Amino acid sequence: MHRRTVLALALGAALLASGCTGTGGSAKGARADAPTDPAAVSGTIKVLTQRTDLVQDGTMKKYAAAFNRTYPKVEVEFEALTDYEAEVKIRMNTENYGDVLLIPAVIKKNDYPKFFASLGSTAERARTHRFTGFTDVGGKVYGQSPIGVTPGFVYNKKVWRRAGVTRWPTTPAEFLADLKAIKAKTDAVPYYTNFAAQWPLTSWTYVDGSVGCDTGATTKLATGDPWASGADLRVGDTLLYDIVHQGLAEKDPTTTNWEASKPRLAKGEIATQWLGTWAVIQFQDAARQAGTDPADIGFMPFPAQVDGKFCAVVGPDYNQAVNVHSPHKAAARAWLDWFTDRSGYAADNLAVSPLKDAPLPTVLKPYEDQGVTFIELDDTEGAAVKEIDDQSEIGIYKPDYRQDLVDLARGARKGDLDGFLGGLGERWADARRTVESR
Amino acid sequence: MTDTATGEAPARLAAEPARAAPAPRRARLWRGVTPWLFLLVPLALLAVFTYAPIVNMVAYSFTDWDGVSPELRWTGTGNYTELLTRPELFEVFFVSGYYLAASVVQIAVGLYFATVLSFDVRFRTFFKGLLFFPYLINGVAIGFVFLYFFQDGGTLDSVLALFGRHPDHAWLGTPVSANVSLAGVSVWRYTGLSFVLFLGAIQSIPGELYEAAELDGANRWQQFRHIIAPGIRPVLTLSVILSISGSLSAFDIPYIMTGGATGTETFVIQTVKLAFQFNKTGLASAAAVVLLLIILAVTWLQRRLVPDDRVDLV
Repeated sequence: MHRRTVLALALGAALLASGCTGTGGSAKGARADAPTDPAAVSGTIKVLTQRTDLVQDGTMKKYAAAFNRTYPKVEVEFEALTDYEAEVKIRMNTENYGDVLLIPAVIKKNDYPKFFASLGSTAERARTHRFTGFTDVGGKVYGQSPIGVTPGFVYNKKVWRRAGVTRWPTTPAEFLADLKAIKAKTDAVPYYTNFAAQWPLTSWTYVDGSVGCDTGATTKLATGDPWASGADLRVGDTLLYDIVHQGLAEKDPTTTNWEASKPRLAKGEIATQWLGTWAVIQFQDAARQAGTDPADIGFMPFPAQVDGKFCAVVGPDYNQAVNVHSPHKAAARAWLDWFTDRSGYAADNLAVSPLKDAPLPTVLKPYEDQGVTFIELDDTEGAAVKEIDDQSEIGIYKPDYRQDLVDLARGARKGDLDGFLGGLGERWADARRTVESR
Repeated sequence: MTDTATGEAPARLAAEPARAAPAPRRARLWRGVTPWLFLLVPLALLAVFTYAPIVNMVAYSFTDWDGVSPELRWTGTGNYTELLTRPELFEVFFVSGYYLAASVVQIAVGLYFATVLSFDVRFRTFFKGLLFFPYLINGVAIGFVFLYFFQDGGTLDSVLALFGRHPDHAWLGTPVSANVSLAGVSVWRYTGLSFVLFLGAIQSIPGELYEAAELDGANRWQQFRHIIAPGIRPVLTLSVILSISGSLSAFDIPYIMTGGATGTETFVIQTVKLAFQFNKTGLASAAAVVLLLIILAVTWLQRRLVPDDRVDLV
């Protein structure tokens, strides 16, 4: 008995010692400078990506081959991760997380310099590139999104036309009336929540900025109540509530299917989904496979206008960065720059290019015709918003509270909308006080 | 090298008794060490993959770690205080009630089939396989299969339609219906396990007992009541313990099928969300420790209430 306890104690102590090793190794001030001579850059770099589809179908290999025409001595390897966020988060406890990677949402902005190499000064890069503010720490840029996306409604033009709607609704009330017309005149499901897939519900947070056409919308989240009367999130959440409450969404949200929703929208069985520009190409592909016309896939802004004009927020997708521990920083930087500026990745995805002088993609042609104002949100308070969000456990970038909202709207949960949104506001305010007092 | 030395010992013992004296001691030493040598690898694996994570988890539960940040602050018992002062975090245990009720069904059904199939029945082996089969399927696959099963117009609705019933019911639509459906899936999955445990126990009961009982004119129910039930008591107790701890820590099926939406969130789902959604790894570790303690307490209580007696049928 005695010997056993001693052994257990020794074992426990050894484990405790090994368990508490820190993850230091912060090379402060590390930079990944753009190489001047492409022929001189060499090395094998590993690029982590969430695009499993593009790695499997060889598209990424094609990009790498094109890259090698300029940088012949750099070998690019890809590693596609299915559950990108969760897997990379764990790997980032070591130094081995690829040479080029997408910045996971969990990393605090102020920690960027500990994990990523700087890409140079923000002021300089902002002259040519978009979204530099999203990865700015102390005047330096730490990442660059290769595409810009705009949230909006993906819709089936034919279905909307059949319902007699020819122009974009300009207010939430008008939008609801149009969905009612679709329900009355067609067999299509007016709006599809994709409740079971969860993440599509999170796109409703990206109404932020579109409603009030305010570039400071994110700052407002950090300093005020996101669900105050007239605030962007309240307008968006109320619209979602009304859609479901008035029976304009699918009959059984709990068993929806994202993959199946694409061909269904293409075939006109579903009329509308709130997603983003990135989704358009996927729905067009689904239309091609289903044998319907890809040109029927339309894209419209949030039904709100300021001074008679719609507003569309252009925001970054995942930001690409260079691992601060990478032994081939020049090669990694070369890939990052080439992929952002010259690969054509943004155009291939019908997305907004991160280059300021690049033309808008064709999906957004109707936006240009209608004079939609494009804005880019100021992200200086982005880190604070995330911190308040985590502290409050609301999760504005997570599906949970919107699932609750949908449940509330269809009567599977007790309460009313005002009480629900008011409760969120209170939790948000409490969390803000806690975060500020730290 | 050393092996040959011990092997030669008896020969030397005969030739040189004086020098051979230490050999038996060494042999005794080796005899003591050998089992540990064999245990070295499994113990190392056990330590690295079972105990090290637990020790780590307990250590994290006293910090405010977010899961990635290189900096973590020692917060003492702060996480535990927070947990205990937020009763809403324990409300999710109501959901366990559904799984607890389901495990009663699971044990009853498993016991019934184990008893029936322990007697001579036609296609006995086939039915045994059939009943055990669901347990062999991966939980993730089961989750997806049953998503289609409960879908609007899915398998369940189609089957009901065959019998002329059109309930038009969203099976995962309301908290009660969703939890009952999910608990039903878990019954489907784990009945096979209960069944196999009971069958094994029943088959270890000597056959003469049945023969003797039959000669005495006992019917099947009496045989069950007086031979089988007392004979499998330890396994029955084990099953109850397993199903209680399983109900408290239900995770994979609800997580895959609903993600905890519509009132189906269990304690483990809540913990996972704290850790990976809201990046409160410290708090989530504390929650995991609390769950561990709750399960240990429940098990201990149960062992006290139902002591594990030796089975003595003869």
